[in-house]
Amino acid sequence: MSELTLTVMRLGFLAVLWLFVIVAVQVIRSDLFGTRVTQRPTRRRTAAPAAAGGGATPPPQAQPAPPPQRQQARPRRGQRNNSPSKLVITEGSLTGTTINLTDQQITIGRAHDSTIVLDDDYASSRHARIYPAPDGSWVVEDLGSTNGTYLDRTRLTGPTPVPLGAPIRIGKTVIELRR
Amino acid sequence: MSNTTITPQAAPNRRNTELMMLGFAVLVPMLAYANVGLAGDGSLPMGSLIKYGFGLGVFAGIAHLLVRKFAPYADPLLLPLATFLNGMGLMFINRLDLDIVKGIGLGGRHGTAAAGSQLMYSAIGIGLFVGIVVLLKDHRLLQRYTYTFMALALVLLVSPIPFPGDMYGAKIWIRLGPFNFQPGEFTKIVLTIFFAGYLMAKRDALALASRKVMGLYFPRGRDMGPIVVVWLLSILILVFERDLGTSLLFFGLFVVMLYVATERTSWLLFGLFMAIGGAVVVGTLEPHVHDRVAAWLDPLAAYNGSGSVQSEQLAQALFGYGTGGLLGTGLNQGHPTEIGFAARSDFILTTVGEELGLAGMMAIFMVYALLIERGLRTSLAARDPFGKLLAAGLSVTIALQVFVVAGGVTGLIPLTGMTMPFLAQGGSSVITNWALVAILIRISDTARRPAPPAGTFDPGAQVAPRRGSHASGRDGTPAGGTTPPQPSATPADGSSAPDPEALTVAGGVPSAPGGPPPGGSGTPPRPFVPPPNPGGGAPFGPPGQGGSGGPNP
Repeated sequence: MSELTLTVMRLGFLAVLWLFVIVAVQVIRSDLFGTRVTQRPTRRRTAAPAAAGGGATPPPQAQPAPPPQRQQARPRRGQRNNSPSKLVITEGSLTGTTINLTDQQITIGRAHDSTIVLDDDYASSRHARIYPAPDGSWVVEDLGSTNGTYLDRTRLTGPTPVPLGAPIRIGKTVIELRR
Repeated sequence: MSNTTITPQAAPNRRNTELMMLGFAVLVPMLAYANVGLAGDGSLPMGSLIKYGFGLGVFAGIAHLLVRKFAPYADPLLLPLATFLNGMGLMFINRLDLDIVKGIGLGGRHGTAAAGSQLMYSAIGIGLFVGIVVLLKDHRLLQRYTYTFMALALVLLVSPIPFPGDMYGAKIWIRLGPFNFQPGEFTKIVLTIFFAGYLMAKRDALALASRKVMGLYFPRGRDMGPIVVVWLLSILILVFERDLGTSLLFFGLFVVMLYVATERTSWLLFGLFMAIGGAVVVGTLEPHVHDRVAAWLDPLAAYNGSGSVQSEQLAQALFGYGTGGLLGTGLNQGHPTEIGFAARSDFILTTVGEELGLAGMMAIFMVYALLIERGLRTSLAARDPFGKLLAAGLSVTIALQVFVVAGGVTGLIPLTGMTMPFLAQGGSSVITNWALVAILIRISDTARRPAPPAGTFDPGAQVAPRRGSHASGRDGTPAGGTTPPQPSATPADGSSAPDPEALTVAGGVPSAPGGPPPGGSGTPPRPFVPPPNPGGGAPFGPPGQGGSGGPNP
């Protein structure tokens, strides 16, 4: 074996070694950049981008094409101007998370099976829920939380209809319903 | 509107990526075998290429097929990275065998080849990996045996004490006939499971009941119990088994897991001070540990015999790195056997550093870092606290072990008797690490698995037996509604303890109550959309009280 061959082999192997590392990093990239959570046209839990974000998120985003979510106008409610179509978190660690409202209730709390999983010492495990009333409006209800749920400035004492844009405060998190 | 639900077919199971990476991971060591052979006698070593390179590839391929079947959503990198490290390890051992059999660098003594047995242990390890992936359906099963694992860990920890110490100083081996094994290796998994289960239960007390002094939270005295016990245990290991590595690994593991569970930085500071204090005291008192510290402080004095200890290992290792330089001498062109007897086990990194240089060593470290990152990523993605803690603990185990070994052989910290995961020669080590990766695969499969499809969603299956037991008193109120009580509305008691029985149903996905609804909105039992409470102004009562009760499913 000539000196040249050996040197080429030595450097070539190092290059292959690093190529392996780089390819592996490329595989990871999908996890790093693929976790946009807003506007997902599914009914699954859209929340917890931080907590459950990793593996589970890229897929749902990938398969149903974006167009359908423009037609989120549901026959039942969506056409009416005053009914909300999405829930937006405006303050707290999950700021920016959007959940499309379907006819499913949304549970909020620290419990890991909530729709919106809060990481907040001031929130209870099962803090509140937001669910659709038959007339198309949405109702927020405190589930016996320790620190209470506030609609604007008033603490909830029972199920209360949520006007569009009114802030619902749970611990450090503020949630609004938007059209 | 049911077209918005997710079907499992469309979900990403990145098995093809895994297969591609696995092929690459098998190919790289094979290239290295060719390199070794060509640099040696100028011919391709077909024997070792096929036996070790291709052989390991076949085992890993079988593992891949079974992962494809039994853990389809698992992380795509864990298996290839582990295979890569194992393959590189086999390659290096095989390369060192060439010299050791000839007696090069050993002062004329001839050693025996070890690559064959290492391949056998790798096969056993992959077999265990497959067994865990296939048989362990849900990692939360392990949580049930938290204290069983504690007992097992204690037994494993003390088991080497009655056996005589070996020529390397540390008492961490058990000898049964022809077999030696290191229980400390197995203990690390067992202990991690125990810590995860224990901290799951106790973390609220440890995190919340604390006093704030100078901006740091300090736990109450009685909550200090566990950390003190583990600290004493690791000190005892240090004293009786004279093994700094195991001691450091277990204590570090516990401290990091405490931190992960409670988010209190003060635990890390405490742990650091306790570890340093304990190590300093034992290091000055215990002669064997003391020798290692002396050899670490001045390796060249230990090399030429001018110091109090005579050990040329570390100095030879440093010479090796110096010879290798940035790009290395090339495979099979260095003299790594100058290290002596531990070249294939503790000091295998020295061979990497000498023959592949800093560039190659960094690549190996990057692969370890990626493996650890995938583990921590799995921990972030896991939806149950036990899985989070377990995945974090297992990755930290690898991280600490890599740090302790790499730090030891590069002269950063005193030398310890641990093995580089997957890379170094050692049956117990390679078997244990494959088992560890299998548990990570299992957790990541659960974490990344999408929620079950709409059609199979069975609300009745979601009712947890344990939850039902303490919620039935309230929810069982008879009323006329057709909607069953909402199972997820247990009182906000602050405990987020998962129940394993409940969570294993519906494909082991804990997110079901918030998950997708039945496909059509016409399915009669829709437990998660109770009608609004008719008594609107009344304070909140348990769900089901306001006329929506019904039969408890």
